[in-house]
Amino acid sequence: MELFNIFIKSAFVENMVLAYFLGMCSFLAVSKTVKTAIGLGLAVIFVLGITVPINWLINHYLLSANGLFHMDLTFLRFIIFIAVIASMVQLVEMVVEKVSPALYNSLGIFLPLITVNCAIMGGSLFMVSREYNLPESVAYGLGGGLGWFLAIVAFAAIREKMAYSNVPAPLRGLGIAFILTGLMGLAFMSLAGI
Amino acid sequence: MTTKKEKTPLFGPKEKRLLWDPINDNNPVTVQVLGVCSALAVTSLVYKSVVMAIAVIFVVAFSNLITSLVRNYIPSQVRMIAQLVIIATLVTIVELVLKANNYAIWKELSVFIGLIITNCIVMGRLEAFAMSNSPWRSFLDGIGNGLGYGVILIIVGVVRELFGKGTLFAGSPIQLNIIGKSNDLVKYWIDTSGGAMSWYTNNGLLALPVSSLFLIGIIIWVQRSRNKKLVDIS
Repeated sequence: MELFNIFIKSAFVENMVLAYFLGMCSFLAVSKTVKTAIGLGLAVIFVLGITVPINWLINHYLLSANGLFHMDLTFLRFIIFIAVIASMVQLVEMVVEKVSPALYNSLGIFLPLITVNCAIMGGSLFMVSREYNLPESVAYGLGGGLGWFLAIVAFAAIREKMAYSNVPAPLRGLGIAFILTGLMGLAFMSLAGI
Repeated sequence: MTTKKEKTPLFGPKEKRLLWDPINDNNPVTVQVLGVCSALAVTSLVYKSVVMAIAVIFVVAFSNLITSLVRNYIPSQVRMIAQLVIIATLVTIVELVLKANNYAIWKELSVFIGLIITNCIVMGRLEAFAMSNSPWRSFLDGIGNGLGYGVILIIVGVVRELFGKGTLFAGSPIQLNIIGKSNDLVKYWIDTSGGAMSWYTNNGLLALPVSSLFLIGIIIWVQRSRNKKLVDIS
Protein backbone atom coordinates (compact mmCIF):
# COMPACT_ATOMS: atom_id res chain seq x y z
CA MET A 1 0.00 0.00 0.00
CA GLU A 2 2.83 2.31 0.96
CA LEU A 3 4.61 1.49 -2.32
CA PHE A 4 1.49 2.11 -4.36
CA ASN A 5 1.16 5.41 -2.58
CA ILE A 6 4.67 6.47 -3.56
CA PHE A 7 4.06 5.32 -7.15
CA ILE A 8 0.87 7.36 -7.53
CA LYS A 9 2.31 10.33 -5.70
CA SER A 10 5.42 10.51 -7.84
CA ALA A 11 3.43 10.04 -11.05
CA PHE A 12 0.69 12.57 -10.44
CA VAL A 13 0.91 14.76 -7.34
CA GLU A 14 4.65 15.35 -7.45
CA ASN A 15 4.97 15.10 -11.19
CA MET A 16 8.58 15.56 -12.29
CA VAL A 17 7.82 18.06 -15.02
CA LEU A 18 4.76 19.87 -13.78
CA ALA A 19 5.59 20.19 -10.09
CA TYR A 20 9.40 20.32 -10.09
CA PHE A 21 10.14 21.35 -13.69
CA LEU A 22 12.70 18.62 -14.15
CA GLY A 23 13.55 17.61 -17.68
CA MET A 24 12.10 20.78 -19.11
CA CYS A 25 14.75 21.07 -21.82
CA SER A 26 13.78 17.90 -23.62
CA PHE A 27 10.14 18.40 -22.58
CA LEU A 28 10.04 21.61 -24.62
CA ALA A 29 12.35 20.46 -27.40
CA VAL A 30 10.95 16.99 -28.18
CA SER A 31 7.23 17.66 -27.86
CA LYS A 32 6.47 18.80 -31.42
CA THR A 33 4.72 15.53 -32.34
CA VAL A 34 3.02 12.87 -30.22
CA LYS A 35 4.97 10.04 -31.85
CA THR A 36 8.45 11.20 -30.79
CA ALA A 37 7.06 12.20 -27.41
CA ILE A 38 5.89 8.63 -26.79
CA GLY A 39 9.30 7.25 -27.78
CA LEU A 40 11.19 9.58 -25.49
CA GLY A 41 8.70 9.09 -22.67
CA LEU A 42 9.13 5.31 -22.78
CA ALA A 43 12.90 5.68 -22.76
CA VAL A 44 12.65 7.94 -19.71
CA ILE A 45 10.44 5.46 -17.82
CA PHE A 46 12.92 2.71 -18.56
CA VAL A 47 16.08 4.64 -17.65
CA LEU A 48 14.55 6.19 -14.53
CA GLY A 49 13.22 2.82 -13.40
CA ILE A 50 16.71 1.31 -13.69
CA THR A 51 18.97 4.10 -12.48
CA VAL A 52 17.13 5.05 -9.28
CA PRO A 53 17.43 1.55 -7.71
CA ILE A 54 21.02 1.13 -8.96
CA ASN A 55 21.99 4.47 -7.49
CA TRP A 56 20.22 3.48 -4.29
CA LEU A 57 22.36 0.34 -4.07
CA ILE A 58 25.54 2.30 -4.77
CA ASN A 59 24.62 5.04 -2.33
CA HIS A 60 23.70 2.56 0.37
CA TYR A 61 26.42 -0.06 0.04
CA LEU A 62 29.38 1.94 -1.27
CA LEU A 63 29.07 5.59 -0.42
CA SER A 64 27.38 5.74 2.97
CA ALA A 65 29.35 5.79 6.21
CA ASN A 66 28.52 2.17 7.13
CA GLY A 67 29.01 0.85 3.60
CA LEU A 68 31.75 -1.26 2.09
CA PHE A 69 34.58 1.21 2.68
CA HIS A 70 33.47 2.26 6.17
CA MET A 71 33.82 5.93 5.41
CA ASP A 72 31.55 8.72 4.36
CA LEU A 73 32.03 9.04 0.61
CA THR A 74 28.83 10.93 -0.04
CA PHE A 75 30.76 13.86 -1.49
CA LEU A 76 31.41 11.61 -4.51
CA ARG A 77 27.67 11.20 -5.03
CA PHE A 78 27.24 13.55 -7.99
CA ILE A 79 30.14 12.12 -9.97
CA ILE A 80 29.13 8.50 -9.33
CA PHE A 81 25.43 9.10 -10.06
CA ILE A 82 26.10 10.84 -13.35
CA ALA A 83 28.56 8.10 -14.34
CA VAL A 84 25.94 5.41 -13.59
CA ILE A 85 23.33 7.31 -15.57
CA ALA A 86 25.66 7.85 -18.54
CA SER A 87 26.63 4.19 -18.67
CA MET A 88 23.03 2.98 -18.26
CA VAL A 89 21.94 5.22 -21.12
CA GLN A 90 24.78 3.86 -23.22
CA LEU A 91 23.67 0.32 -22.38
CA VAL A 92 20.03 1.02 -23.21
CA GLU A 93 21.14 2.55 -26.48
CA MET A 94 23.12 -0.54 -27.43
CA VAL A 95 20.29 -2.90 -26.47
CA VAL A 96 17.70 -0.92 -28.40
CA GLU A 97 19.96 -0.76 -31.44
CA LYS A 98 20.39 -4.54 -31.36
CA VAL A 99 16.78 -5.51 -30.59
CA SER A 100 14.81 -2.95 -32.54
CA PRO A 101 16.70 -0.91 -35.14
CA ALA A 102 13.43 0.80 -36.17
CA LEU A 103 12.83 2.22 -32.70
CA TYR A 104 16.51 3.12 -32.50
CA ASN A 105 16.32 5.17 -35.67
CA SER A 106 13.13 6.94 -34.62
CA LEU A 107 14.59 7.90 -31.24
CA GLY A 108 17.83 9.04 -32.82
CA ILE A 109 19.58 11.79 -30.88
CA PHE A 110 17.04 11.80 -28.03
CA LEU A 111 18.37 8.62 -26.49
CA PRO A 112 21.87 9.90 -25.64
CA LEU A 113 20.31 13.20 -24.58
CA ILE A 114 18.54 11.40 -21.72
CA THR A 115 21.89 11.50 -19.92
CA VAL A 116 21.53 15.23 -19.43
CA ASN A 117 17.79 15.04 -18.74
CA CYS A 118 17.41 16.62 -15.33
CA ALA A 119 14.54 14.28 -14.48
CA ILE A 120 16.89 11.28 -14.36
CA MET A 121 19.48 12.92 -12.13
CA GLY A 122 16.71 14.57 -10.11
CA GLY A 123 15.07 11.18 -9.50
CA SER A 124 18.27 9.85 -7.95
CA LEU A 125 18.88 12.98 -5.88
CA PHE A 126 15.31 13.08 -4.56
CA MET A 127 15.59 9.38 -3.74
CA VAL A 128 18.55 10.25 -1.50
CA SER A 129 17.08 13.33 0.12
CA ARG A 130 13.77 11.58 0.88
CA GLU A 131 15.54 8.53 2.33
CA TYR A 132 13.60 5.89 0.42
CA ASN A 133 14.45 2.20 0.83
CA LEU A 134 15.03 -0.15 -2.11
CA PRO A 135 11.43 -1.15 -3.01
CA GLU A 136 10.35 2.44 -2.48
CA SER A 137 13.04 3.70 -4.82
CA VAL A 138 11.88 1.23 -7.51
CA ALA A 139 8.32 2.51 -7.11
CA TYR A 140 9.58 6.10 -7.14
CA GLY A 141 11.66 5.60 -10.28
CA LEU A 142 8.84 3.94 -12.23
CA GLY A 143 6.22 6.39 -10.98
CA GLY A 144 8.34 9.40 -11.79
CA GLY A 145 9.00 8.04 -15.26
CA LEU A 146 5.29 7.37 -15.83
CA GLY A 147 4.47 10.92 -14.75
CA TRP A 148 7.04 12.32 -17.15
CA PHE A 149 5.67 10.13 -19.96
CA LEU A 150 2.07 11.26 -19.36
CA ALA A 151 3.08 14.90 -19.17
CA ILE A 152 5.10 14.95 -22.38
CA VAL A 153 2.50 12.99 -24.37
CA ALA A 154 -0.32 15.29 -23.22
CA PHE A 155 1.80 18.35 -23.91
CA ALA A 156 2.72 17.13 -27.40
CA ALA A 157 -0.95 16.53 -28.18
CA ILE A 158 -1.82 20.07 -27.09
CA ARG A 159 1.02 21.49 -29.15
CA GLU A 160 -0.16 19.63 -32.24
CA LYS A 161 -3.55 21.31 -31.85
CA MET A 162 -1.83 24.60 -31.09
CA ALA A 163 -0.45 24.73 -34.62
CA TYR A 164 -3.92 25.65 -35.87
CA SER A 165 -4.67 28.41 -33.42
CA ASN A 166 -4.04 32.10 -33.76
CA VAL A 167 -1.36 32.95 -31.21
CA PRO A 168 0.11 36.50 -31.12
CA ALA A 169 3.37 36.44 -33.10
CA PRO A 170 5.82 37.24 -30.26
CA LEU A 171 4.22 34.58 -28.08
CA ARG A 172 4.34 31.89 -30.75
CA GLY A 173 6.48 28.83 -30.12
CA LEU A 174 8.41 29.07 -26.90
CA GLY A 175 6.31 31.67 -25.09
CA ILE A 176 3.04 29.83 -25.44
CA ALA A 177 4.79 26.55 -24.61
CA PHE A 178 5.80 27.94 -21.23
CA ILE A 179 2.31 29.24 -20.49
CA LEU A 180 0.76 25.91 -21.56
CA THR A 181 3.09 24.04 -19.24
CA GLY A 182 2.04 26.36 -16.43
CA LEU A 183 -1.64 25.68 -17.10
CA MET A 184 -1.02 21.94 -17.16
CA GLY A 185 0.82 22.30 -13.88
CA LEU A 186 -2.22 24.03 -12.38
CA ALA A 187 -4.42 21.19 -13.58
CA PHE A 188 -2.11 18.57 -12.05
CA MET A 189 -2.13 20.49 -8.77
CA SER A 190 -5.75 19.66 -8.26
CA LEU A 191 -4.57 16.08 -7.64
CA ALA A 192 -2.74 17.21 -4.53
CA GLY A 193 -4.14 15.88 -1.30
CA ILE A 194 -5.28 12.56 -2.75
CA MET B 1 55.80 50.39 -43.39
CA THR B 2 55.97 47.58 -40.91
CA THR B 3 53.09 45.15 -40.88
CA LYS B 4 53.34 44.30 -37.26
CA LYS B 5 50.66 41.92 -36.13
CA GLU B 6 48.30 43.88 -33.98
CA LYS B 7 48.00 42.56 -30.50
CA THR B 8 44.42 41.71 -29.65
CA PRO B 9 43.22 43.67 -26.64
CA LEU B 10 42.42 41.72 -23.53
CA PHE B 11 38.99 43.25 -23.26
CA GLY B 12 37.96 44.65 -26.66
CA PRO B 13 34.52 45.02 -28.24
CA LYS B 14 34.44 41.32 -29.15
CA GLU B 15 34.95 40.31 -25.54
CA LYS B 16 32.31 42.79 -24.46
CA ARG B 17 29.86 41.16 -26.86
CA LEU B 18 30.63 37.78 -25.35
CA LEU B 19 29.44 39.14 -22.03
CA TRP B 20 26.42 41.09 -23.22
CA ASP B 21 24.91 38.90 -25.94
CA PRO B 22 23.74 36.13 -23.62
CA ILE B 23 22.13 38.64 -21.29
CA ASN B 24 19.68 39.89 -23.89
CA ASP B 25 19.69 38.81 -27.55
CA ASN B 26 20.97 35.33 -26.99
CA ASN B 27 19.69 34.65 -23.50
CA PRO B 28 20.18 31.00 -22.54
CA VAL B 29 16.77 30.70 -20.88
CA THR B 30 14.39 32.74 -23.02
CA VAL B 31 16.03 32.31 -26.44
CA GLN B 32 18.01 29.09 -26.42
CA VAL B 33 15.70 27.28 -23.93
CA LEU B 34 18.60 25.87 -21.97
CA GLY B 35 18.74 25.29 -18.26
CA VAL B 36 15.08 25.76 -17.52
CA CYS B 37 15.12 22.52 -15.56
CA SER B 38 16.78 23.48 -12.33
CA ALA B 39 15.84 27.12 -12.62
CA LEU B 40 12.19 27.36 -11.86
CA ALA B 41 11.76 25.60 -8.57
CA VAL B 42 14.24 27.89 -6.79
CA THR B 43 12.63 31.21 -7.69
CA SER B 44 10.14 31.37 -4.83
CA LEU B 45 12.54 33.59 -2.85
CA VAL B 46 14.98 36.16 -4.20
CA TYR B 47 17.68 34.96 -1.84
CA LYS B 48 17.50 31.42 -3.20
CA SER B 49 17.58 32.72 -6.78
CA VAL B 50 20.68 34.78 -6.05
CA VAL B 51 22.50 31.84 -4.47
CA MET B 52 21.52 29.61 -7.38
CA ALA B 53 22.60 32.25 -9.93
CA ILE B 54 26.01 32.66 -8.29
CA ALA B 55 26.48 28.88 -8.23
CA VAL B 56 25.63 28.58 -11.92
CA ILE B 57 27.87 31.52 -12.91
CA PHE B 58 30.76 29.91 -11.04
CA VAL B 59 30.21 26.47 -12.57
CA VAL B 60 29.71 27.67 -16.16
CA ALA B 61 32.64 30.08 -16.07
CA PHE B 62 35.15 27.67 -14.59
CA SER B 63 34.04 24.58 -16.48
CA ASN B 64 34.35 26.63 -19.67
CA LEU B 65 37.83 27.74 -18.63
CA ILE B 66 39.03 24.27 -17.68
CA THR B 67 37.52 22.57 -20.73
CA SER B 68 39.08 25.17 -22.98
CA LEU B 69 42.48 24.61 -21.37
CA VAL B 70 42.37 20.84 -21.88
CA ARG B 71 40.36 20.80 -25.10
CA ASN B 72 43.30 19.71 -27.28
CA TYR B 73 44.05 16.71 -25.10
CA ILE B 74 40.53 15.23 -24.93
CA PRO B 75 39.84 12.49 -27.51
CA SER B 76 36.53 13.32 -29.13
CA GLN B 77 34.92 9.95 -28.31
CA VAL B 78 35.13 10.49 -24.56
CA ARG B 79 34.61 14.25 -24.51
CA MET B 80 31.11 14.03 -22.98
CA ILE B 81 32.35 11.99 -20.05
CA ALA B 82 35.37 14.26 -19.61
CA GLN B 83 33.08 17.29 -19.57
CA LEU B 84 30.72 15.65 -17.10
CA VAL B 85 33.61 14.89 -14.75
CA ILE B 86 34.79 18.52 -14.88
CA ILE B 87 31.26 19.80 -14.23
CA ALA B 88 30.53 17.29 -11.48
CA THR B 89 33.76 18.22 -9.69
CA LEU B 90 32.94 21.93 -9.76
CA VAL B 91 29.38 21.31 -8.62
CA THR B 92 30.65 19.20 -5.74
CA ILE B 93 32.93 22.10 -4.72
CA VAL B 94 29.99 24.52 -4.80
CA GLU B 95 27.86 22.16 -2.76
CA LEU B 96 30.48 21.61 -0.10
CA VAL B 97 31.22 25.34 0.21
CA LEU B 98 27.53 26.11 0.55
CA LYS B 99 27.00 23.33 3.07
CA ALA B 100 29.87 24.64 5.20
CA ASN B 101 28.79 28.27 5.06
CA ASN B 102 25.01 28.29 5.07
CA TYR B 103 23.44 25.03 6.13
CA ALA B 104 19.84 26.30 6.06
CA ILE B 105 19.95 27.37 2.44
CA TRP B 106 21.92 24.23 1.53
CA LYS B 107 19.11 22.05 2.88
CA GLU B 108 16.62 23.75 0.60
CA LEU B 109 18.81 23.91 -2.48
CA SER B 110 20.95 20.77 -2.36
CA VAL B 111 18.95 18.82 -4.94
CA PHE B 112 18.89 21.76 -7.30
CA ILE B 113 22.60 22.51 -6.85
CA GLY B 114 23.23 18.89 -7.81
CA LEU B 115 21.06 19.37 -10.86
CA ILE B 116 23.47 22.01 -12.19
CA ILE B 117 25.41 19.00 -13.51
CA THR B 118 22.62 18.23 -15.91
CA ASN B 119 21.89 21.88 -16.56
CA CYS B 120 21.92 22.14 -20.32
CA ILE B 121 23.50 25.61 -20.20
CA VAL B 122 26.73 24.15 -18.88
CA MET B 123 26.95 21.24 -21.31
CA GLY B 124 25.69 23.41 -24.14
CA ARG B 125 28.34 26.09 -23.65
CA LEU B 126 31.10 23.51 -23.31
CA GLU B 127 30.10 21.84 -26.57
CA ALA B 128 29.29 24.98 -28.52
CA PHE B 129 31.95 27.36 -27.28
CA ALA B 130 34.68 26.11 -24.99
CA MET B 131 35.71 23.20 -27.23
CA SER B 132 36.73 25.63 -29.98
CA ASN B 133 37.79 28.88 -28.30
CA SER B 134 40.64 30.24 -26.23
CA PRO B 135 40.49 29.96 -22.41
CA TRP B 136 40.01 33.68 -21.73
CA ARG B 137 37.16 34.05 -24.22
CA SER B 138 35.53 30.86 -22.94
CA PHE B 139 35.72 32.19 -19.41
CA LEU B 140 33.97 35.42 -20.45
CA ASP B 141 31.36 33.47 -22.39
CA GLY B 142 30.71 31.38 -19.30
CA ILE B 143 30.25 34.45 -17.12
CA GLY B 144 27.96 36.02 -19.73
CA ASN B 145 25.75 32.95 -19.99
CA GLY B 146 25.66 32.53 -16.24
CA LEU B 147 24.58 36.16 -15.91
CA GLY B 148 21.92 35.75 -18.58
CA TYR B 149 20.51 32.82 -16.61
CA GLY B 150 20.83 34.71 -13.33
CA VAL B 151 19.03 37.80 -14.62
CA ILE B 152 15.94 35.79 -15.57
CA LEU B 153 16.06 33.90 -12.28
CA ILE B 154 16.24 37.09 -10.24
CA ILE B 155 13.50 38.88 -12.20
CA VAL B 156 11.17 35.94 -11.62
CA GLY B 157 12.30 35.69 -8.01
CA VAL B 158 11.62 39.37 -7.29
CA VAL B 159 8.13 39.27 -8.80
CA ARG B 160 7.21 36.03 -7.05
CA GLU B 161 8.48 37.03 -3.65
CA LEU B 162 7.30 40.64 -3.67
CA PHE B 163 3.75 39.92 -4.81
CA GLY B 164 3.47 36.38 -3.50
CA LYS B 165 4.87 36.82 -0.03
CA GLY B 166 5.27 40.57 0.37
CA THR B 167 8.91 40.38 1.32
CA LEU B 168 12.24 40.79 -0.42
CA PHE B 169 15.41 38.84 0.38
CA ALA B 170 13.58 36.83 3.05
CA GLY B 171 15.92 34.42 4.78
CA SER B 172 18.97 36.58 4.14
CA PRO B 173 20.47 39.10 6.57
CA ILE B 174 18.81 42.02 4.81
CA GLN B 175 15.22 40.80 4.84
CA LEU B 176 12.63 43.44 3.95
CA ASN B 177 8.94 43.18 4.73
CA ILE B 178 7.40 45.33 2.08
CA ILE B 179 3.75 44.73 1.39
CA GLY B 180 0.90 42.49 2.16
CA LYS B 181 -0.82 40.65 4.93
CA SER B 182 -0.79 36.91 4.94
CA ASN B 183 -3.97 35.23 3.82
CA ASP B 184 -4.95 31.82 5.05
CA LEU B 185 -4.84 29.99 1.76
CA VAL B 186 -1.10 29.56 1.70
CA LYS B 187 1.16 28.86 4.61
CA TYR B 188 3.92 31.42 4.56
CA TRP B 189 7.43 30.75 5.53
CA ILE B 190 7.62 34.18 7.08
CA ASP B 191 4.84 36.12 8.73
CA THR B 192 4.45 39.36 6.84
CA SER B 193 1.71 40.90 8.93
CA GLY B 194 3.97 43.80 9.92
CA GLY B 195 4.34 45.05 6.34
CA ALA B 196 4.01 48.74 5.60
CA MET B 197 1.27 48.37 2.97
CA SER B 198 -1.09 46.02 4.71
CA TRP B 199 -4.00 46.69 2.32
CA TYR B 200 -2.41 44.37 -0.21
CA THR B 201 -3.39 40.74 0.08
CA ASN B 202 -0.66 38.41 -1.04
CA ASN B 203 -1.25 36.67 -4.31
CA GLY B 204 -1.35 32.97 -3.52
CA LEU B 205 -0.84 31.97 -7.16
CA LEU B 206 2.63 33.53 -7.18
CA ALA B 207 3.66 31.43 -4.21
CA LEU B 208 3.06 28.31 -6.33
CA PRO B 209 5.82 27.00 -8.57
CA VAL B 210 3.65 27.10 -11.71
CA SER B 211 3.63 30.90 -11.63
CA SER B 212 7.28 30.98 -12.66
CA LEU B 213 6.29 29.34 -15.95
CA PHE B 214 3.72 32.07 -16.60
CA LEU B 215 6.26 34.74 -15.68
CA ILE B 216 8.90 33.34 -18.02
CA GLY B 217 6.26 33.09 -20.76
CA ILE B 218 5.50 36.77 -20.22
CA ILE B 219 9.22 37.70 -20.20
CA ILE B 220 9.58 35.90 -23.54
CA TRP B 221 6.54 37.73 -24.88
CA VAL B 222 7.92 41.14 -23.87
CA GLN B 223 11.39 40.37 -25.17
CA ARG B 224 10.15 39.12 -28.53
CA SER B 225 7.74 41.96 -29.10
CA ARG B 226 10.63 44.38 -28.54
CA ASN B 227 13.02 42.40 -30.69
CA LYS B 228 11.25 41.16 -33.83
CA LYS B 229 14.12 39.05 -35.12
CA LEU B 230 13.65 36.58 -32.29
CA VAL B 231 10.06 35.79 -33.27
CA ASP B 232 9.40 32.12 -34.03
CA ILE B 233 8.20 31.90 -37.63
CA SER B 234 7.09 28.28 -37.62
